[in-house]
Amino acid sequence: MKKPLRKIATTALCLLVLLVGLAAALPALADEAPKPDPSGANTGVINDIIGASAGAPTDNDIKTMSEKEPLAAKVGDVAGHNRISINIVWTLICGFLVMFMQAGFAMVETGFTRAKNAGHTMAMNFMIYGLGMLGYWICGFALQMGGVGGVATLGGAGVLNGEYVIHLFGKEFGLFGTKGFFLSGTTYDAAVFALFLFQMVFMDTTATIPTGSMAERWNFKSFVVYGFFVGGILYPLFANWVWGGGWLSTLGKNFGLGHGHVDFAGSSVVHMTGGVAALVGAWVLGPRLGKFNKDGSPNAIPGHHIPMAVVGTFILAFGWFGFNAGSSLSGTDLRIGVIATNTMLASAAGAFSSMMYMWIRYGKPDISMICNGMLAGLVAITAPCAFVTAPSAVLIGVIAGVLVCLSVFFVERTLKIDDPVGAFSVHGLNGAWGVIALGIFADGAYGDGWNGVSGTVKGLLYGDASQFAAQLVGTLTNLIYVGLVSLIFFVILKKVIGLRVPEEVEIEGLDQAEVAVTAYPDFNLRNLPKY
Amino acid sequence: MKKIEAIIKPFKVDDVKKALNEAGITGMTVLEVRGFGRQKGHTEIYRGAEYVVDFLPKIKVEVAVPAESVPAVVERILTAARTGKIGDGKIFVYDLEEVVRIRTGERGREAL
Repeated sequence: MKKPLRKIATTALCLLVLLVGLAAALPALADEAPKPDPSGANTGVINDIIGASAGAPTDNDIKTMSEKEPLAAKVGDVAGHNRISINIVWTLICGFLVMFMQAGFAMVETGFTRAKNAGHTMAMNFMIYGLGMLGYWICGFALQMGGVGGVATLGGAGVLNGEYVIHLFGKEFGLFGTKGFFLSGTTYDAAVFALFLFQMVFMDTTATIPTGSMAERWNFKSFVVYGFFVGGILYPLFANWVWGGGWLSTLGKNFGLGHGHVDFAGSSVVHMTGGVAALVGAWVLGPRLGKFNKDGSPNAIPGHHIPMAVVGTFILAFGWFGFNAGSSLSGTDLRIGVIATNTMLASAAGAFSSMMYMWIRYGKPDISMICNGMLAGLVAITAPCAFVTAPSAVLIGVIAGVLVCLSVFFVERTLKIDDPVGAFSVHGLNGAWGVIALGIFADGAYGDGWNGVSGTVKGLLYGDASQFAAQLVGTLTNLIYVGLVSLIFFVILKKVIGLRVPEEVEIEGLDQAEVAVTAYPDFNLRNLPKY
Repeated sequence: MKKIEAIIKPFKVDDVKKALNEAGITGMTVLEVRGFGRQKGHTEIYRGAEYVVDFLPKIKVEVAVPAESVPAVVERILTAARTGKIGDGKIFVYDLEEVVRIRTGERGREAL
C-alpha cells in the first residue's frame, strides 16, 4: 500500500472506532420517553388487535371490556403479542430473502462481464453488502426512518419520533429523520431492529445496482467511499421522503394529491434510485476501453458466463417474493397473496415480451436480454404489486419487458453510455414506469388510509387523476435529486481519488491488480513443486 | 514417412479418431486450435450489437504414417470429417524426416 493511502486508511479506521465508541456512550445521553423494548417481551399488546380483521374489536370495545373482564383483557394482550410476532417473523424472513438477492446481483453482473474481471465484479457485489450496511447503521437508518413514528404492524412504543421538518406555504415538509443513529439510545428496541434489518437489505439492493453499470473499470478505493455514501446518505434521504414520513408521502394530506407518492415496495425508492445513480456513475466514469468505435458505434462485449447470469436472475426472482410481499411488514395482512402472485405474473410477462421483441427484431431470443426482461417486469411491479389486478400486473410486465430492450439500445446507441449489464434500463427506467403504472392501474381494492388519506388507492383509470400526479411528482423528484446528488458525488470523487483503474490494468483485467485474486487462475499454465 | 495434419470441426474428433484406428493407426496428437479460412469467421448479435467471431474453435489432429498409407488415411479422414458445409477444415501432408521413440531409442519406421 502506498504511504498516503495507508494514512487515509488508518485515519478512516480510527474515525470508525471513535464513532463506535461514541455510539456505545449514547444511551447515557438519551432522553427517557418513549420507552424502548430491547427484549421484545412488551411489544405487541391488546391494542394491536384493533383493525386486525374486519370483525376485530374496536378501541371502544377494548376500553369497556377490560374493566369487566380482566382475563379477556390478558388473553387479548397475548393475541396482540401473537399478531405482532407473526408480523415480525414475516418481516424478518422476507428480509432474509431480500438479503439473498445480493447473491443474485453478484451472479447476474459477473455473468454479463468478462472472465478477466470476474473476481473484481464479485468483490464489489460482495463488499457493497458490508459497506452499505455500515453506512446505513451509522446514519442511513436514522435519516430514513428516524421520524416515522411507529410502524403499526410491528408494534412497539414508537421510539422513532424525530422527523426534521421545515415549514413552507403553511405546510410541513419532512426532510429527514433524527432518531436511530448507530441503532443506539432509545432505538435499542426489538421492533426497531427488525425494521432496520428489513430496510437495510432494501438499501443494499439500491447500493449494488451501480456496481453493474460501472463494472470492469471502476477502481476499488473509490468504490469503498461510494459504498458508505449510498448507504449513509444518498438512499436514505429519498427513502425518508416516501417511506419515513417525509414530504413526498404527505403530498396527499397537504395538497390533495391522491395518497401522496405511493411506492409499495420500492420501484422508485430502491430501483430508480439505484438505476439513476448507475447511469450517472457510468457516464462520469466513461465507457470500457474498446466499447465504442471512433464514429461512436458500439461494439458488443459478450458476458463470459451466461448460465451464471441466468441462475442469478432466478435467485433475484425468488428473493423478490420477500421484497414485495414482505413490504406489507405484516404476515397478518392477507393481501400478501395478491402481492406475491402479481409479482410472479409481471416477471413472466416481462420475460415473455422481451423474448418476443428480441426474436422478432434480431431473429433470436437473446437469453441475456430475457433475463433483463424478467428483472424489468419485477422492478415495474414492485410499486404497484399491492394495488393492481392480475391483468394489470401482466400488462405492466409486458410493457416493462419491451421498455428494457428499447432502453438498452437507447443508452448504448444514443446516449453513448456503457452500461455492461443494463442496470439503468432494468432498474432506473422501469422503476419510473412502476410508480407511474401504479398511478394508472391502482384499482381501489387496497390501501385504505394510506399515508393518512382516507379511502383506498386509485389510479387514473379508476378515477383518481391526482394520484397519477403524485406519482409523477415522486418520479421527477427522484430523477432530479438522485441525478444531481450522485453527479456531484461522482465528479468530486473523480477529482479527489479518481474513479478509473489505469489503462494497462483495464486491458490486463482488474482481478489481480484491484482485488489480489484472479477468478480463474487455471487459465494460466503453472508449475507446482511435486514433493 | 509422412506427417498428416487435419484441421476439423471439434464435434468430428471422435469420428476421425475411430476412422484412423480402423486404418491401423495406433497413435495421434490432438490440439485445440482457433482459426479462419475463406469465410473469415462470422457475425453474432449480443444484446442487439453485432460482433465478429473471426477465430473459430477447431481441432487439429496430427498423425505420422508410412508414406504408402497416406492416400488411404487421407481418404478416411475425408469421409469421417466431412459434413459438406462451410468450415469442414483442411488436411495438410508433410514429409517427415525422422521419428524417435523416446523409451527405446528406436528410429525411423520402427518408431511409428
